[in-house]
Amino acid sequence: MSKTPIQFTLNGKPTSVFVNGGANLLEVLRRDVGDMTLKYGCGQGTCGTCTVLIDGEPHLGCLTLAETVEGRQIETVNGMADGPELHPLQKLFMENFAAQCGFCTPGMLMAASSLLNRNPNPSREEVVEAISGNICRCTGYEPIIDAILQAASSLRGRAF
Amino acid sequence: MISVETFQTIQQASSAMTGNTAYLGGGTLLMRTLNYGEQDFEKIIRSTDNNLKTINDAGDRVIIGAGVTMAQVIAESSLAFLAPVARSVGGPAIRNMATVGGNLFAQHPYGDFTVALLAFDGIVKMDNGSEHDLEQFLSSRDNISGIVSSVSISKPNGQDFKYKKVSRVKPKGISVMSIAAWLPVSAGRPSNVRIAFGAMGTTPLRSKSAEKALEGVSIDASGILPALQALAQDFSPPDDAIASGWYRAQVAPVHLRRLLLGEVEA
Repeated sequence: MSKTPIQFTLNGKPTSVFVNGGANLLEVLRRDVGDMTLKYGCGQGTCGTCTVLIDGEPHLGCLTLAETVEGRQIETVNGMADGPELHPLQKLFMENFAAQCGFCTPGMLMAASSLLNRNPNPSREEVVEAISGNICRCTGYEPIIDAILQAASSLRGRAF
Repeated sequence: MISVETFQTIQQASSAMTGNTAYLGGGTLLMRTLNYGEQDFEKIIRSTDNNLKTINDAGDRVIIGAGVTMAQVIAESSLAFLAPVARSVGGPAIRNMATVGGNLFAQHPYGDFTVALLAFDGIVKMDNGSEHDLEQFLSSRDNISGIVSSVSISKPNGQDFKYKKVSRVKPKGISVMSIAAWLPVSAGRPSNVRIAFGAMGTTPLRSKSAEKALEGVSIDASGILPALQALAQDFSPPDDAIASGWYRAQVAPVHLRRLLLGEVEA
């Protein structure tokens, strides 16, 4: 079986991998690169748990043909923490019990990260819109929304 | 194993569309068939042609490249009238991927963006330069060869376009139905009205009976009543997991009335 070599930057690190024809980015990152943070949920673009940032914008790993990310910048939850220091979004998800079973959390964090990168002071409605493509079956969403709003406040350097 | 071929121009890509091939736009339709092993193709063709991602003003019409994403539509100030339509398609990740060209091929009950294109008298242009009326294109889309290069639509004036997507899940869900209404005004009355529905058939459809009934009437409760009653003539909606065809037929007049009169839903 012939494979295609592709190169991209994953969480700031140059990454090279051989991919099967037709492989999606989710399976390449998990199986071939070893980044297990993003999850396989529905495989049809409905649940959002495979959300990654490509050139800073959220995309669904399961619907992204791996060969289309040649030369692009990819970010996953693996790149959020600074060593042992969790990102404020991660800390506040934990403190707000915004992760219960945790399966949606990687996608939620990526969707939230993208929002806060372009809009440091989102309204509650904007947060709801930002995570509208991510399904959570545990929390009822409110703790997640609260966590993102508190993280926005924290990142702006204000006490909440 | 699937092979992937990438071409710089859409014409080169089209030439390679022989045998068991499929064209990849944003991936939101094609990749899901691959993920489920339901593909009937052996080769994926794609193009990096920048012309597919352009939006051009052409006087009273605007030409939208087939590779323009929903996120691009939202960001483009000259397409502000289409932003609410694009925003109704999926979440932010889907909108960064899903393309205008791909939406033309979305199966029921998807394809909300195409509903608006249909209301604006969309014309589909193929890679070989041939053009198809969107209504005709949709009725034969499974048998059309070639690659869609762009869709041109009429531009509305001011506030004469209305759109709503009805779904059970908030804030985003799959369509029970979507409705696009373009009501150009001439001498103070609607003229050349277009009413298009999504999820009321196997493809987005116009309600020509309602359009006819809205010509020249006053847009108020009594003026639009014949149009609401006429809807049943145009649709035979299918059953699916979101709603039965019977339910869709029953509530379509209610949602059209709410849209036309600007009624706020409870």
